[in-house]
Amino acid sequence: MNISAIIFYAISALILGAGILAVTSVKIFRSAIWLLFSLVGIAALYFWMQVEFIAAIQIVVYVGGIVVLIIFSIFLTQHSGKEMPKPTKSKMIFSALASLSGTAFTYNLISHYDGFTFNSSKPFNTSMNEIGTQMLSTTNYGYILPFELVSMLLLAAMVGCIVIAMRPSSNQIASATIMLTESEILNKKD
Amino acid sequence: MQEITLTQILFVSTALFFIGMYGLFTRRNLITMLMSIELMLNSVNINFVAFNKYLYPEKLDGLFFTLFIITIAAAEAAVAIAIIINLYRSHNSIDVDDATEMKY
Repeated sequence: MNISAIIFYAISALILGAGILAVTSVKIFRSAIWLLFSLVGIAALYFWMQVEFIAAIQIVVYVGGIVVLIIFSIFLTQHSGKEMPKPTKSKMIFSALASLSGTAFTYNLISHYDGFTFNSSKPFNTSMNEIGTQMLSTTNYGYILPFELVSMLLLAAMVGCIVIAMRPSSNQIASATIMLTESEILNKKD
Repeated sequence: MQEITLTQILFVSTALFFIGMYGLFTRRNLITMLMSIELMLNSVNINFVAFNKYLYPEKLDGLFFTLFIITIAAAEAAVAIAIIINLYRSHNSIDVDDATEMKY
């Protein structure tokens, strides 16, 4: 058993253990912190697979962005020390059964499939140079169009978030109540 | 014990996906459900990178899919949290059992 395999098993144990605790912990803040550990473990797995760029993106976007956003929203909407109500016994049992049977089915499929054709003869070049050139190339198999589409999506999501989370102004609330009372009056007339 | 191959990495990502599914089934709180969805998206990302590294090392398509999934997950989390905050303002709770106006 070489050192690479030992590191892989340690990282997998971190990911899965932290993931299980993230979905079963009764305190919501602890659950968010376990999610953080699980995401850091996934970044470590990317480092283990020698895709340093994806690992860096994972740490910057997930650990630095999404988890912080989740923690902020916990502070805005929850009493973070309060325990969440536990799911009912039957729901827990049936969910665990569904997940376990799905896992067993997929494990069975993967372990019996031997059609993977490994061609490790060619090097796996994931330098920044290569990634940038291929992502922004306009030739065949270039990724410039999805890149631009995703930037439009991010802009739309940003505007949409601001509009959704914006508190309606008192003017709008007043006009809405006027409309409501008018419709009530109309209803009564009918 | 032999070298780590693609199969072991697929086992890990499968287990992570079904852990996320278990969380999605049992949790009734919108924020924790969002956290479970993040776990599932991450397991898919592991799959993309592993397939790219072990089966098609001469291309980089899996890495690009991973990058786009991470971007879209970030946008999705931001929109979801805006909706959650709005729901909290109108219902004073983010439990899915409390938001039943459009149920039937």
